[in-house]
Amino acid sequence: MNSPWETVIGLEIHAQLATKSKIFSGASTAYGAEPNTQACAVDLGLPGVLPVLNEEAVRMAVIFGMAIEAHIAPYSVFARKNYFYPDLPKGYQISQMELPIVGIGHLDIDVDGVTKRIGITRAHLEEDAGKSLHENFHGLTGIDLNRAGTPLLEIVSEPEMSSAKEAVAYMRKMHELVRYLGICDGNMQEGSFRCDANVSVRPKGQKEFGTRAEIKNINSFKFVEKAINHEVERQIELIESGGRVVQETRLYDSVKDETRSMRSKEEANDYRYFPDPDLLPVLIDEDFKALIKARLPELPQAKKQRFKEQYELDDENATLLTSSRALADYFELVVKEAASPAKICANWVTGELLAALNKAGLEITDSPVSHERLAGLLKRISDDTISGKIAKQVFEALWLGTATADEIIEDQGLKQITDTGAIEAIIDRIMADNMGQVEQYRSGKDKVFGFFVGQVMKEMQGKANPGEVNKMLKAKLK
Amino acid sequence: MYNKSIAELAKGLRSGQFSSVELTTAFLDRIKQHTALNAYITVTEDLALQAAKAADIRLTKGDAELLTGIPMAQKDIFCTEGVKTSCGSKMLDNFIAPYNATVVDKFNSAGAVMLGKLNMDEFAMGSSNETSYYGPVKNPWAINNVPGGSSGGSAAAIAARLAVCATGTDTGGSIRQPAALCGITGLKPTYGRVSRYGMIAYASSLDQGGPMTRSAEDAAIMLQTMAGFDPKDSTSVDLPIPDYSAGLNNSLEGLKIGLPKEFFGEGLNADVAATLEAAINEYLKLGAKITEISMPSLKLAIPAYYVIAPAECSANLSRFDGVRFGYRCENPVDLADLYTRSRGEGFGKEVKRRILMGTYALSAGYYDAYYIKAQKIRRLISDDFNNALAEVDVIMGPVTPSTAFGIGEKIGNPIEMYLSDIYTIAINLAGLPAMSVPAGFAKALPVGLQIIGNYFSEDKLLNIAHQYQQVTDWHTQTPKGFE
Repeated sequence: MNSPWETVIGLEIHAQLATKSKIFSGASTAYGAEPNTQACAVDLGLPGVLPVLNEEAVRMAVIFGMAIEAHIAPYSVFARKNYFYPDLPKGYQISQMELPIVGIGHLDIDVDGVTKRIGITRAHLEEDAGKSLHENFHGLTGIDLNRAGTPLLEIVSEPEMSSAKEAVAYMRKMHELVRYLGICDGNMQEGSFRCDANVSVRPKGQKEFGTRAEIKNINSFKFVEKAINHEVERQIELIESGGRVVQETRLYDSVKDETRSMRSKEEANDYRYFPDPDLLPVLIDEDFKALIKARLPELPQAKKQRFKEQYELDDENATLLTSSRALADYFELVVKEAASPAKICANWVTGELLAALNKAGLEITDSPVSHERLAGLLKRISDDTISGKIAKQVFEALWLGTATADEIIEDQGLKQITDTGAIEAIIDRIMADNMGQVEQYRSGKDKVFGFFVGQVMKEMQGKANPGEVNKMLKAKLK
Repeated sequence: MYNKSIAELAKGLRSGQFSSVELTTAFLDRIKQHTALNAYITVTEDLALQAAKAADIRLTKGDAELLTGIPMAQKDIFCTEGVKTSCGSKMLDNFIAPYNATVVDKFNSAGAVMLGKLNMDEFAMGSSNETSYYGPVKNPWAINNVPGGSSGGSAAAIAARLAVCATGTDTGGSIRQPAALCGITGLKPTYGRVSRYGMIAYASSLDQGGPMTRSAEDAAIMLQTMAGFDPKDSTSVDLPIPDYSAGLNNSLEGLKIGLPKEFFGEGLNADVAATLEAAINEYLKLGAKITEISMPSLKLAIPAYYVIAPAECSANLSRFDGVRFGYRCENPVDLADLYTRSRGEGFGKEVKRRILMGTYALSAGYYDAYYIKAQKIRRLISDDFNNALAEVDVIMGPVTPSTAFGIGEKIGNPIEMYLSDIYTIAINLAGLPAMSVPAGFAKALPVGLQIIGNYFSEDKLLNIAHQYQQVTDWHTQTPKGFE
């Protein structure tokens, strides 16, 4: 690509925090309830009600801050962001403006084998709004305030990404991180994790940024990539045809696959932020931070490194196994339980198991094969009870049923035969039936050896110990 | 019966001299006789009689508290479950609160009997009760004069004996100023002492509920019930609550009173000044010592207040949008029309004026010059008080520059109206507790003495007021026609 243009992208990610109750009220945050059944007096913004901060949301924001090695503000302040909208009950959103809880941090992304560090400007706590429902109300608008007051962490990156690919890598990495930390369920269909993209272009080599457009509310990795690519194309075409990019908010239409203008800067709201007098400043001291640090889970990068060293895994397997905390935990439990070489465990988890899960569209947490049952199978491979080939057959049975590997092996008679007498008898018969091939081998055609192995294994339905068969065949054919 | 203190009434209820139902009925009758005062927006007769019956049962059982069976009333700014809570506004004329304010819950569990909801300036914005959608309240001492505001209904009701005691709220003087103009006792507690949950917000960093009574002794009993930390209000303070009645009779020997020269200069009516001088002389007789002090930043209080309070109110009142509750205009054609007409028709003039001022002060480009600057002034004012209160025990001064003015006299001139709170506003900015105590009359109209103390010194203020009320009888006087 030899475009004279350079793209600059910054992302604002909204991660819904996985607290049980809302950020300023005791109402439940569970998704999918009947409209307005999870909105209490505070969420409805009734006259006289007051917000009370949910400490769990603060804890989660601090965990996040530590994970991106950011400065945690010892003093942060909630502010009111004023605008009118029917699904914003109070006429203002409680957010943070001048003094956010999480300051400057960073996240490393990998694109085409190259690691790039993306700066994070800040992350702040705020409440979500409700939803306006425009369908099924005969020209009227319905308001559902169940989501109003759900805690959000808005994570703002520096404008340091230079392609849609990098933006997607950043978003994926962030998605992985918040799930790792257990602070967000990452469910993008339900809107638990969504982003706004600030996109601009400039001639290569120019220092100043071009005028940016903000694409709002993108809720899938695919759409982020498409929306950015479209926006970049639009801006370049516009400039090259003599036009000028205006600062504005745009919406990505996934059906038409295009972005379109929502409002320009001139029409933009003046949000009139000011400190919320109903809430005290959030004070975070060293003791609070130490307490959280002690409970901070091992982060993906560190875990990957440890997997490579402790289990001698290659980069590919280590990356795959640490892509989610649940998968990494599963793998480690299998290794512990199976007492088998970690490499074999890794191959089974990333191979058979992940393939089956992907095919069924399941997450590791919903795996029909528990780590105990998979470990049970791997044990029988290690102690030569079954061969690798038979093991695949056992795995299928594990996937479909509830029996243990041992029960399946026993029931289906899959135990490997190491009884030399039984193997010898079969070898003798096969040699007698195929004297021609015996002669060929003896006259130096080593290749025929494979034929005999195949015949013996076939005769024994794959249950013969391959090592034993080799050894005995070699002795007999001599 | 109407002139008895809470303690005397509690005694009468226990000795069987009268029942709570009898007492309540007597007050309800009196309210009906004096509707011309326009003190009540809503009279909750049935609920009151129910509560009185329940109180009588409690009294018989012997598990009654001091306020059990005592007829009182709530300012219509406190949410009362199942009862209209209008905040003096057309906007909430149709609003039946679905929950109780913490303060209301506390009076209910103490067994107090709520007679009804009291008139007030719309959304507590006003100093004369003339901004109420329900019309002005009349001052029982002079029927053509204002009772003060915003808790004008509360002050008039106590002065006219239409309730034993009442709640008020004070953002810039809304308890103290009407208390002074109606000759009753009013206490604005330290910010954070009384829960704001369920008290419809005007300016959140300044609003504070408090008792309005005839005497300091009654105020101590009321505050005992109202005060305390509330997990539903993050700005309420978790400090132990003293026994407010215990120290009422402490001696004032050696009490150091500071008189800020800024409180006694230009603008103070001469008759009021003379009355206050006599009151301060009483304190000298009680053993107090006087020091003149200076608080130079006091003159900045009004401009700072009229940036901060409107700024907060502009956001606090955004929820009144015609969408979920309150007034909604007829046949809105679209969303913008729904907003502009619901708010345009639902709010009164003074409320709109303050929303506009606040919106302006918070706007991009003006925020630093107005809001940030006002917050700096607020800090200076607090520092002035803190420095003064390091030297003296309490500060005394006027509550208002003049006595009750005529209805219609200042309503057309907002600046002049705002100046009637010149001596009270600074105290809200500093968050300090202060009282208004009846201190005599000027041309037959009541004058209030303001006593300002250090943070959480309500017990001390009540003691100082009570001692004065032991040697004077201003607080027991009843306006003509209401004996």
